[in-house]
Amino acid sequence: MPETDVRDRQVQGLDALELQPQRGVDERGAGEIARGVWAATWPKLAAVVIVLAAWQAVVWSGWRTEFVFPGPDRVLPTLFNEVTSPEFWTAVQVTMRRAFVGFALALAVGVVVGLAVSQFKPLRTAIGSLITGLQTMPSIVWFPFAMLLYGISESAIMFVIILGAAPSIAGGLTSGIDYVSPSLLRAGKVMGLRGVQRYTLLVIPAALPMFVTGLKQGWAFAWRSLMAGELLVIINQQNSIGWALSQARQLNDAERLLSYIIIVLVIGIMIDVFFSWADRSLRRRWGITQ
Amino acid sequence: MTAITEPRTGTNAVEIDSISKVFGRGRGAVTAVDGMSIHVGTGEFLSIVGASGCGKSTLLSLVAGLEEPTTGSVDVGDHRVAMMFQEAALFPWLTVGANIEVPMKVNRVPAAERRRRVTELLDLVRLTGFERKRPHELSGGMRQRVALARALAQDADVLLMDEPFGALDAMTRDILHDELERIWQEKSLTVMFVTHNVREAVRLGDRVVLLSSRPGRVIEEFTVHGERPRRIDSVPIAEQAAAITDRLREEVSRHA
Repeated sequence: MPETDVRDRQVQGLDALELQPQRGVDERGAGEIARGVWAATWPKLAAVVIVLAAWQAVVWSGWRTEFVFPGPDRVLPTLFNEVTSPEFWTAVQVTMRRAFVGFALALAVGVVVGLAVSQFKPLRTAIGSLITGLQTMPSIVWFPFAMLLYGISESAIMFVIILGAAPSIAGGLTSGIDYVSPSLLRAGKVMGLRGVQRYTLLVIPAALPMFVTGLKQGWAFAWRSLMAGELLVIINQQNSIGWALSQARQLNDAERLLSYIIIVLVIGIMIDVFFSWADRSLRRRWGITQ
Repeated sequence: MTAITEPRTGTNAVEIDSISKVFGRGRGAVTAVDGMSIHVGTGEFLSIVGASGCGKSTLLSLVAGLEEPTTGSVDVGDHRVAMMFQEAALFPWLTVGANIEVPMKVNRVPAAERRRRVTELLDLVRLTGFERKRPHELSGGMRQRVALARALAQDADVLLMDEPFGALDAMTRDILHDELERIWQEKSLTVMFVTHNVREAVRLGDRVVLLSSRPGRVIEEFTVHGERPRRIDSVPIAEQAAAITDRLREEVSRHA
């Protein structure tokens, strides 16, 4: 064998040995796939059953009359009625539009502020701790002021959503940029990465995992601010989830009230599932978790 | 004491003339590099060894232009300089192929040409077919070869290596010595290779420059004899390494 072939085989042999062996995967039949799906689903179903049972138990204990605290047997049919009515979907639509617009505005503000703070030392010293401080503030305290500024309007709600969510987003971005590994920065410098390319090819992608964490937290704050806002700032009787909640309270309609609480919970979970999925697929790509 | 180290023949790719580097000011100032002069010939493989605190890494940073010398000058002429470190420092969010493309994007190489060169460079480091893998799927030795491919993608002909095999196991390191020697010859590179490991320095270098510690100065220069390809466990390599190790120990014991 010629010399180069011998070398080639040595290198390739070593590579093959050093690579993680493929974990043995059994071929899976339809039955096993079904069992897998079941294994992933039953704990969630069990959780729902436990919650419903506990709820029903409290109702049966007679702690409050069924008029103010109805059991699942009365709430679930109401929930089903709501979900199948067109007014419900307009309410969800209005609320989700506000949520997404508000979140998008908060994203824009958060990114600009986050970039500015990570770039300019004096700015960081000046407002770095202010951003952290804002994150700890319950956003509901801004509403009286927002209503004074903007009146009873959607702008008031947007104002509070931005104040609630932008600090987390800015914070996620700044810490993402701060914690870019120095060895990557050095490698980038050696390769001549500078200016805009330094950001597009290195800093931004490197900061992405922490930024996504910031987004997730920002969303949670935006959602809370929005719910508070819709309860406090009722614009011309416009249908929305918050409005439906306060209507139900005024009419002493406990079934509807609880139905909407369940809906708010479900929407929150769905968005959270989305962010967790984004986070996980990012980490898998990076090889942070296997 | 050698004032200046010169290659045997030909033109110089790197000319380092009495450079010093002082970090900090006043009483707390530390002199990392003190009046070093090293000339590296075009196509030469120069090994640089020394104990801790000899300013090896600082020296390479100065040649790479990452830092400015306090006094003296570094001249690399028209040569393009690339650098490799102990850690591969590949971008974890990019595939192997995309990592190698990064320096070409910096140099505004068109996409089709980039693709072609990636394939070529992966062949060169014997990683054909690994283009779509991600760095975390590779072993340490493979990552260093990707880092080498990425350094070569800069179109550099001067390669600065800062203990590039320091974190690898002995067998992988031996094989990578062979690989580096081959690629250095094929690509007619000029290499400055910094290491703690005297045997490695002798195995690879045409010359070995020995540095003192705190501050870093050139103590002595050795020309390595031996036909290439060399073997790290051959007798002539071991004998030459032993002589240099003795000299290095002498230097280290000065600090006791």
